[in-house]
Amino acid sequence: MDLIVQGLGEAASRLVSLDPDVREATSAALVVSGIATMLSVVTGVPAGAWLGLSSFPGRKFLLSIVNTGMGLPPVVVGLFVAVLVWRSGPFGALDWYCTRQAMVAAQYLLAAPTVVGLTAIAIQSIDPMLRLQLSALGATRLQTLGILVREARLPILTAAMAGFGAVISEIGASLMVGCNIKGDTRILTTAIALDTSKGEFGSAFALAFILLLLVFAVNAVTTWAQQRRRPL
Amino acid sequence: MAAIIEATDLVVSRGGREVVRVPRIDIEEGETLALLGPNGAGKSSLVFALASLLPASGELRFRGEVVRDHVAYRRRIAVAFQRPLLLDRSVLDNVALGLELRGVPRPERERRAHEALTRIGVGSLGRRPAWALSGGEAQRVSIARSLAVRPEVLFLDEPFGGLDAPTRESAIADLGNAVRVDGLTTVLVTHDRDEALSLAEHVAVLIDGRVRQADRAEVVFATPADPDVAAFVGVENILPARVASSDDELTHLEVGRHLLEVTASAPPGEEFPLVGIPPDDVVIARVAPATSARNTFDGRILRVEPIGRRVRVVLDCGFPLVAHVTHRSARELGLRAGDDVVASFKATVPHLLPRHRRN
Repeated sequence: MDLIVQGLGEAASRLVSLDPDVREATSAALVVSGIATMLSVVTGVPAGAWLGLSSFPGRKFLLSIVNTGMGLPPVVVGLFVAVLVWRSGPFGALDWYCTRQAMVAAQYLLAAPTVVGLTAIAIQSIDPMLRLQLSALGATRLQTLGILVREARLPILTAAMAGFGAVISEIGASLMVGCNIKGDTRILTTAIALDTSKGEFGSAFALAFILLLLVFAVNAVTTWAQQRRRPL
Repeated sequence: MAAIIEATDLVVSRGGREVVRVPRIDIEEGETLALLGPNGAGKSSLVFALASLLPASGELRFRGEVVRDHVAYRRRIAVAFQRPLLLDRSVLDNVALGLELRGVPRPERERRAHEALTRIGVGSLGRRPAWALSGGEAQRVSIARSLAVRPEVLFLDEPFGGLDAPTRESAIADLGNAVRVDGLTTVLVTHDRDEALSLAEHVAVLIDGRVRQADRAEVVFATPADPDVAAFVGVENILPARVASSDDELTHLEVGRHLLEVTASAPPGEEFPLVGIPPDDVVIARVAPATSARNTFDGRILRVEPIGRRVRVVLDCGFPLVAHVTHRSARELGLRAGDDVVASFKATVPHLLPRHRRN
């Protein structure tokens, strides 16, 4: 019990004093996960909208691959990206191993299927008659797509938040491709793991508190989006 | 009047099943045409095909030109659906949507959207979010959205179906005014006879995907082309008859053991026509009245059933006969099942139909 009380006390003092280690890990986590999520939204929303609206042979197969991607184990993604960016790997020339770029790539692969899959579901759940109404109003296919994405903006926001929530909390892939370098690739989750292994519970508690706060913020936005009323 | 839309050999199939087959249908410029028919008759499919929203075989012409550029065609027409289908935006932005898609600048589209809302009786709703509207308001907003683009043809697919009676009546009145003021060509899908009569000059009755009769509304309602149309337009009394004799003025028909005198002529070569008698034209009295009505029969009341603003009285006069009377008349005459009454109708009332439907 003393250990917990002592750890919480130290965590509070580190948070209040804006401890540099805590600050660096938080900022690295936000940068890496933020960029990975942004990239997955930029590419995943159009891809998901297209999947949600189109009908072609093999669409269901493609959707099931996307759904499988939503449950990818981070260590498998870490292994895959590590092999790709390894010095002798296909992208070895980029020299990305143990860099934030490799972490962004790994987190992108984790977040993108979630964004694509949930966007496809969001677009599919819009009343099909609305598409007919838009056509009747003279919308082109591109205009229809744009309006439907805008109409599904809250579920799509939920998709983006789900993607961010998945990558901000993951550890396996980031540890494997980022190497947990202090002040560079050390993020909240990898720092918590390291501090815990060293018995530095005060620091681990402080980092865990920030991580929980971020996860809570993501869920609060998601809940708000889900509770909005829709027109008739 | 010139046809603004002409469709020939129009066939619509859904799920491998043919749901509409119309050899030819013309929409005249400035007319209001009601597509009337029971549920599942193919009315919406026909309208969607005419609005180029459904794949259909055949030829569709707009102002004499074959429709090839479907988006360009749809930008000259408008369709309001059974449900409002509004976007999660303000009412004004919803009404302005068609104009936004056409690239109309914001100030102009907001002005026209507000004007359309005002014409349909909801000018004060512009700034409200669409989700805050009631069903009736949302449906009016949907119609305003169609009017805002100033279409050359307006298609309305049962737009008042989900509304309560008072809201519906007032929405129909507002729409009627808006359409009449502009002389806007309008095609209205409905299964409601009163709605068709209050808005349309022309009626096309669609049954089983086929147009069974298309004519001026009063002609369709007074002289339905076949028993199915007659049943649908509310001629509840359709009785098998035999032409006993005819002269210059009257045709004498045997219905059961009774003789009916009618001014209508039997369809050519039809010895056994059906005789249609609209129940609104049957008069009920306690004692035989001294009137000019040529057909008077003693009968017994089998059932008395209130139906909305009227009372349906089912009689046995040696043949089944249905009369519609007002609640006040039913009350004042004290009509009850089992009562003996006298039913009459004029010789000009019955309409003679062919026994078998002509395709």
